[in-house]
Amino acid sequence: MTPMQKLLQLPVNAMNMVKTAQDQMGQQDEAKSPVMTPDGGNHNWYNGEPNDPRHIRFGSGGGDQEERAHLEEGGGSLSSLVTQPLRHDDLKEMLDSNKDSLKLEAMKRIVAMIARGKNASDLFPAVVKNVACKNIEVKKLVYVYLVRYAEEQQDLALLSISTFQRGLKDPNQLIRASALRVLSSIRVTIIVPIMMLAIKEAASDMSPYVRKTAAHAIPKLYSLDPEQKDCLIEVIEKLLADKTTLVAGSVVMAFEEVCPERIDLIHKNYRKLCNLLIDVEEWGQVVIINMLTRYARTQFLNPNMNESLLEEGGGEKAFYGSDNDDDTDDEEDKEEKEKKKTEATAIVKRKPYVMDPDHRLLLRNTKPLLQSRNAAVVMAVAQLYFHLAPKAEVGVIAKALVRLMRSHSEVQYVVLQNVATMSIKRRGMFEPYLKSFYIRSTDPTQIKVLKLEVLTNLANETNISTILREFQTYIKSNDKDFVAATIQAIGRCATNIGEVRDTCLNGLVQLLSNRDELVVAESVVVIKKLLQMQPEQHSDIIKHMAKLTDNIQVPMARASILWLIGEYCEHVPKIAPDVLRKMAKTFTNEEDIVKLQIINLAAKLYLTNSKQTKLLTQYVLNLAKYDQNYDIRDRARFIRQLIVPTDKSGALSKYAKKLFLALKPAPVLESPFKDRDHFQLGSLSHLLNAKAGGYQVLPDWPEAAPDPSVRNVEVPEWTKCSSREKRKEKKADKPFYSDSEGESGPTESADSASDTASGSESGSGSEESGSGSESEESNEESESASEEDEEEEGKKKKKNVEKIKARKPVPESESEPSSGEDVKKSEKKSKPRIGSSESESEEDNDSESESSESEEEESEEESEEETKKKKKTTASKPPSKPPKKENKKEKKEMSLLDFDDFDPAPSPSQVTPLNNFLSSSLVTDLEGLSLTDNVLSPTTIIPSGNLKTYELLHRITGEGLSVEYCFSRQPFSPDPHMVAVKIQFTNSATSEAKSLHVEDAKLQSGMRIKEFPEIEVLPAGETVSVVMGIDFCDSTQAANFQLCTHTRKFFVSIQPPVGELMMPIFMTENEFKKEQEMLLQSLGQLMGMNEITEKLTLEEKCQGEHAVVQRVTTAANLSRVPCGSDKECRFAGKTVTSGSLVLVSVVTKEDGAAQLTVNCEKMVIGTMLVKDILQALTQ
Amino acid sequence: MINSLFLINPSGEMFLEKHWKSVVSRSVCDYFLEAKEKALEPEDVPPVIHTPHHYLISIYRDKLFFLSVIQTEVPPLFVIEFLHRVAEMIQDYFGECSETVVKDHMVMVYELLEEMLDNGFPLATESNVLKEMIRPPTILRSVVNTLTGTSNVGDTLLTGQLSTIPWRRAGVRYTNNEAYFDVVEEIDAILDQSGTTVFAEIQGVVEACVKLSGMPDLTLSFMNPRLLDDVSFHPCVRYKLWESERVLSFIPPDGNFTLMTYHVNAQNLVAIPVYVKQSISFFECGSDGRLDVTVGPKQTMGKTVEGVMVTVHLPKTILSINLTATQGSYTYDNGTKLLVWDIGKLNPQKLPNLRGSLSLQAGAPKPEENPSLNIDLKIQQLAISGLKVNRLDMFGEKYKPFKGVKYITKAGKFQVRT
Repeated sequence: MTPMQKLLQLPVNAMNMVKTAQDQMGQQDEAKSPVMTPDGGNHNWYNGEPNDPRHIRFGSGGGDQEERAHLEEGGGSLSSLVTQPLRHDDLKEMLDSNKDSLKLEAMKRIVAMIARGKNASDLFPAVVKNVACKNIEVKKLVYVYLVRYAEEQQDLALLSISTFQRGLKDPNQLIRASALRVLSSIRVTIIVPIMMLAIKEAASDMSPYVRKTAAHAIPKLYSLDPEQKDCLIEVIEKLLADKTTLVAGSVVMAFEEVCPERIDLIHKNYRKLCNLLIDVEEWGQVVIINMLTRYARTQFLNPNMNESLLEEGGGEKAFYGSDNDDDTDDEEDKEEKEKKKTEATAIVKRKPYVMDPDHRLLLRNTKPLLQSRNAAVVMAVAQLYFHLAPKAEVGVIAKALVRLMRSHSEVQYVVLQNVATMSIKRRGMFEPYLKSFYIRSTDPTQIKVLKLEVLTNLANETNISTILREFQTYIKSNDKDFVAATIQAIGRCATNIGEVRDTCLNGLVQLLSNRDELVVAESVVVIKKLLQMQPEQHSDIIKHMAKLTDNIQVPMARASILWLIGEYCEHVPKIAPDVLRKMAKTFTNEEDIVKLQIINLAAKLYLTNSKQTKLLTQYVLNLAKYDQNYDIRDRARFIRQLIVPTDKSGALSKYAKKLFLALKPAPVLESPFKDRDHFQLGSLSHLLNAKAGGYQVLPDWPEAAPDPSVRNVEVPEWTKCSSREKRKEKKADKPFYSDSEGESGPTESADSASDTASGSESGSGSEESGSGSESEESNEESESASEEDEEEEGKKKKKNVEKIKARKPVPESESEPSSGEDVKKSEKKSKPRIGSSESESEEDNDSESESSESEEEESEEESEEETKKKKKTTASKPPSKPPKKENKKEKKEMSLLDFDDFDPAPSPSQVTPLNNFLSSSLVTDLEGLSLTDNVLSPTTIIPSGNLKTYELLHRITGEGLSVEYCFSRQPFSPDPHMVAVKIQFTNSATSEAKSLHVEDAKLQSGMRIKEFPEIEVLPAGETVSVVMGIDFCDSTQAANFQLCTHTRKFFVSIQPPVGELMMPIFMTENEFKKEQEMLLQSLGQLMGMNEITEKLTLEEKCQGEHAVVQRVTTAANLSRVPCGSDKECRFAGKTVTSGSLVLVSVVTKEDGAAQLTVNCEKMVIGTMLVKDILQALTQ
Repeated sequence: MINSLFLINPSGEMFLEKHWKSVVSRSVCDYFLEAKEKALEPEDVPPVIHTPHHYLISIYRDKLFFLSVIQTEVPPLFVIEFLHRVAEMIQDYFGECSETVVKDHMVMVYELLEEMLDNGFPLATESNVLKEMIRPPTILRSVVNTLTGTSNVGDTLLTGQLSTIPWRRAGVRYTNNEAYFDVVEEIDAILDQSGTTVFAEIQGVVEACVKLSGMPDLTLSFMNPRLLDDVSFHPCVRYKLWESERVLSFIPPDGNFTLMTYHVNAQNLVAIPVYVKQSISFFECGSDGRLDVTVGPKQTMGKTVEGVMVTVHLPKTILSINLTATQGSYTYDNGTKLLVWDIGKLNPQKLPNLRGSLSLQAGAPKPEENPSLNIDLKIQQLAISGLKVNRLDMFGEKYKPFKGVKYITKAGKFQVRT
C-alpha cells in the first residue's frame, strides 16, 4: 500500500468506527437473530462480562493486545481504537482460539454481518490469520470474507496470498480451483503478475474444472488491470481450443468481456463450438449462441438476399410499405440501400445464393435448444434464428416463444418485448398463436400493454374482427391505463387496416359517452388522429366533439378538440365561433396546452371568418399577452403580428393563411417497437431501446462472404502426433528454456513457447541448406538459438545422447551444425513434417508471442512461414496418407541405425517386463513398418495373468455380454502416445452378439481414442480380445464412451491407474542421477515440488530387492535401472502422452524401513504415483 | 454479468446483500424502491430499471423481491432466469422461500450464492452439485451439528462438476429404490359470458421424484406421444432420441426435478371439466347489486372434480356483501375486495350455488365491468389430454426399482368473463 492509499484509508476507518459506535445499540438487536445465536445465552458476550467462561479461556489477554497492534498497523494509530465495540474483540478472541468450533462460530457471525451489509472490515487481521486453517468449513468462510474485504485492506490481504499459491499446486483439482478462484477474486492490484501466472498455469491444467476456473478468472484480471489484455487474449485463445464442454461456456464469456472484437479467434473453433453446444451447461449456451450470432453476421451471406431482391423487383412500394415483412437491412439510407441492392442484384445474378455449410451447421445445432427449460437459452436461439435464418425457417421459434409465455411474469415481460419487435417484421410467424396473446384480467398491467401491442401488430384484414371483439372486452376493464392503451391500439388498427376504419371510428365515438373521463379523453385524442385522414366525411363527429368541450376536463382531450375544430372550421362554420366564445370565457382557467390551442383556434378562425371572430380573437390575444407562461405570451405576440394587419406588418402576414391552414399530413400511428431490431434481440439494449454499456453491435451482413476456409481445422492424425511428439520432447529436453520464461515446466503454455523454438529450429535448419536469401532473419534466429545454446551449453551434448537413446527421431539441425551428415539427415526428416509444424504454428499464432521476446518471435514466425513456403515448393509432398508410411519408414530407419550405433546395455536379468528389452519407441517404429501386432505380441506381451483386469461391463447389465479390460503395457502401434487397453468380450448370452463397436466417445479435452475394429459377430459362449488405444493426456480422467452392439448401447468408462500412464525407458545409473539432478535444478527453484519423498515401512513379505521391484513394476509401468547397490532400486519411465520423465527410487534400510523418492515434472502424476507405490509396498 | 444481489421484503427492507464484484452501494436500490412505490401491485414493478450507472433487474417471487445490479449488457432473461433459480434453490434447501427462512439461514444462503456465481457468471446452479458442496439442513443434522459443532459445509469435496453428468451427484445409495412420475396437466382457458370457450389449451408437466442408487439410465415412453406438440426438457433428456423415437431417455438427477413440460396439440379440442352459470348485476339506480354463481361438472370422464374454488376480484366500489353458499364456504377481504369461495368436491346431483346481494358505496357509479371469475379445480387420476405413460425401463443398474405414475388435472389460468 502506498502512503497515499494509507492516507486515504484512514478517514474511512475512522468513519467506520464512529458508525460502529453509533450502531452499538442496534447490534444488540442483531445478536437476537436466530442466525447469530444458536445458543441463546450469548448476550453477555457483548457486554464482556468477565465471568463468561470464554473469557477465562483466553484469559491471557495476549491475543487481544496482539489484535490491537495489528489493527493499528492497518488503520494507522488511532487512539479511538480503544472504543472498538467489544463484540468485535470477542469475535477476535474466538478466531484466535485453538478450537475449530469457536472459529467456525465466529466466522459464521461475521459472514452473517456481511450478508446484512454491516461493516466487518476491522476484523480483517484476525480473520486473515485463519486462511490457512485446516478446517474446510472455516476456510470457506474465511475465503468469503477475504473476497469481500481484500480490496479495502490491500496490504493485509497480501498475507494470504502464499496460502493460495500453495493451493494452486495441490494435487486435488478442487483445491487448485478454489485457490485460483479466491486469488483472482481479491481485487488487489499488486498481485496482478501472480494472478497472470496462476491463470496461465491453470489454463493448461489437466483438470477441466481448473481450466474452467481459469476462464472465469480472465475477466476478473482484465477488469483489475486492462493492460494485461494481450496476455489474456493468448490464454483465451488457448482455452478456446479446449474440447471440453465444461470450459467452452466460460471461455466464450471471457472472450466476450475481454476481446469481443477479436472475431478471428473464433474461426478455428467455430465448428467445434457448434458441435459441443448441446452439451454445454445452460448459461454457457446463452453466451455462446449470442456470440455465434455476431460471428455469423460477419462471416456468412444474408440468406434472405434473394427473396428481398425478388420482392424489390416486384415493386418498390411493397418493399418500403409498412406491412412489409422482410427488409432486413432497413437501417441504411435509402440511397445507400438502393446502391447496395443494385450491386447485390448483380452478384446474385451471377451466382445464386447457396448457404454456407457452416451457417447451416449453426442453425441445425442450435435448433434442439429451443426445447431447453431455460428461458434464456430459448430466447438466445430465437434471436439467432431471427437474425440469421432464411425467412422460411424462422417460424420454428414462434412455438417456443409462445411456450415461454406460460412462465413467470418477468420472463413474459421480456419475451413479449421481443415478440413485439419480431411480430412487426414477421407477422405471419405468430398469427397461428394469436389467442395465446389474449389478455386475462389477472395479468399485470405491463404485461397487458405488451400483449396488446403484439395483438395490434398481428392484426390484419382476416383476423381484425376477432381482435376488435377482444378489444371491446378490454375496454370495459377496471385498469384505466390498460383501457387507454386499448383505445390507442384500436386507433392503430384503424389506420393500418382501411376496411375497419369506419367501424373503429364509430366504436370510438361511442366511447365518447363513456362515464370515465380518461377513456373519453383517450378516445378524443385517437379520433383526432383518425379524422385527420378523412376529415370531410366526418363533420358530424366533429360537431359531436365540439359539444364535449362543455364536459371534458382532461387538458389533452380539450386541446385535441380545439385543434380539430380549428383545423376543420370550414366543415363546422357555425359551431366554431361559438366554441371560441366559450373558450375565451374560461381562458384564464385553462391549462397551458389548452390555452395554446385556443390561441391557434382564434388565429385560424380570424383568418377564415374574421367578421365574426375579430373581437374574440383580440380578446384572447390580450388575455394571452399577460399570461404567466412565456410560451403563451410569445405565441400571442407572434400570432398578433402575423394575422392582424398593421402598417408595419412584415412580408409574412400575407402568407398567414397558408401558414396556418396548410394541409397537414395525417399522422402515422406506429408501433414503438418498429425498428427495434437493429439491436440484437434478447439483449438488454433491445429491451431499453438504448445502447447499454458493453453492447456489441450486431454487424450487417457482408456483401461477399469472407473466405470460409479459415474455419477448416484439418490436422491429420499423424501430423498431430509428430508435432506433439516434437513439442513434448522439446519440453523434456530443455526445461531451461521454459524456466527462463518464468513458467513452470509442466504447463501447456510453456509448451507452446518452446514449440516456437522448435519451429524456428527446423526453419533455420532449412535455411542453411536453402538459398539463404533471408539471411537477416536467419541471423536473428541463430542469435536467439545461440542464446539458448549458451544457457545450456554444458548439457547439450549429453542431451543429444539422451535424445538418441530415447529413440525419438527429431530434427537436430540446431544442435550439430558442424556435422554435415546430420544436417542432411535431419533435413530429410524434417521435410515431411514441415507441413505439420506449419498448421500448428498458424493455429497458435498468438499464443506464441506469449513470451517476452515476442518481437523476435514474430520475425521468426515470418521467416518460418516463408521458408515453409519454399519447402513446399521444393518438397511438394502433400500431407496425406501415403507420405505417412514413407515418413515412418524414414523414421524407423533412423532409429534402427541409432540403435545399432548405440547398443544399450541390456538390463540385467530382472523381473522387469520383457518389453523393456525393446525401447518402446523402437517398437512403435517397427510397427510403423506395418508389422502387425501379432508378430510382436508374443515377445512383448506379459502373461495376462499378471495384469489386473477391470470390469467394463457386467454380464447382467450387458444382457449377457460381459466386457473386461486390462492395460496390456505394450506400446500401442498406431500411435505411440496412446495407452494400449486390451478389451476382452465374453458372450455368455444364448444368442450371438453382432457388430460390437465403440461410439460417441465423450472425452476430456485433449484425450483421444483409437477404436478397435468392429467385431462383426461374437457367437454365444465365445470370447474375443481386441486392443484399443487411448490417449489419456497424462491424466487419470476416465475415458467415457458407448459400447454398442447391434441392439443396445452401453455407457462405459475406462479410468487408468496412474501407473499405466507411463512407459518404461532405459537408463544407466549415471544417466538416472543426471536426469534426477537436472529435474531438480530446472524446476526446483520454482517450487521444489517435482521431488516427493516419503518414508515408509516395508511389509514383511516385501522386504528384499526382488519383492520391491516386483511390487513397483506391478504398480507402475516402469523399468528398472541397473544399479550397483542392493539397498537401492531405481526405476525410470516417461509418461505416454507428453514424454515427461518419471524417476522412482526406493532406498531400503534396516528393519524394513525405506524411503521412496519420485521425481516427475508433472507434479500431479508424481503425487499420485507416490500414493500408488506406497500402497503397493506397504500392503 | 451480475454484479450484486439484494433481497428486499415488501416493506422495502434490504435484508441480504451479496456482491460478486466490487461492492455496489445500497443506495442503488433507491431507484427500485421509488418504482415500487409508484406501482400499485408488486407485480407491476418493471423488471428492468435503468439508472444512471447501473441496470436493475428484479423478480418478485414468494413475496420477496430479488434485485440484481448489472453494469453492462447482458441478456435480461439470463438474469431473470438465474434469479428464479436462486429462489428455487432456497425453496429446495429450506422447504420454502420466505424472508424468515432466509434470515434463519443467512450464512448458508450466502454461501450458496457464493457457489452459484463466480464473478457474476453462473458456476453451479444444479441442485445436485450444490447439495454436495453445502448440505441442506435436516432436523437430525442440525441436532448433530449443535452437538458436534460441525456445520453443513460438505467435508467431502464435490465430484459432480467433474463427472460427465453434471446434474447427478455421484455415489447415490438408497435401500429402497423408487422412481415416481407425476403427470400434471393444467387447463388454461378463457370462457366468455355465455359460457363458450374463447380460448383453451392444455399445458402439461412431468414432475419426477427419482431416488435410485448408482447411475440409472431411464427410458420413459408414452402410449400416445403424438399428443405432445411443444416440449421442453430438463438438460438430462437426450434430444436426439426424442426426435427420432419419441421416448424420453435420461440419466436422472437425484431427487425431485421437472423432467419435461409440454403443450398439447392445438388441434385436439380441450374438454372443459366444469361449467359456470353466473349473473352479476348492478342496478342503475340505488347502490345495490346481485351475484349468483353456480358451478357444475361437464366433461369429467367419470371422475370427481375436487378442490373447486372460485376467486373474484370485486370492484373497488363495493362496500359490503351478503351472500349464502349452498356448499362450501366463502371468505371476503374488504381491503383487497377479494372474494374466495371454496367449494370442495362437486356433486352432480346437487350443484353448489352462491348468491346474495352486493352493496355499493353510496353515490358510487355502477361499475362498468363485471368482475371475472377465476376457477381452480383438481381431478385426480386423470390427464385431461388423454396422455398415458406406457412404460419405464431402467438400464445401467442391476436392482429392480419401484415405479409409480400419477396423473392429475388442474385448472391453470382458468377465467370466466362475466
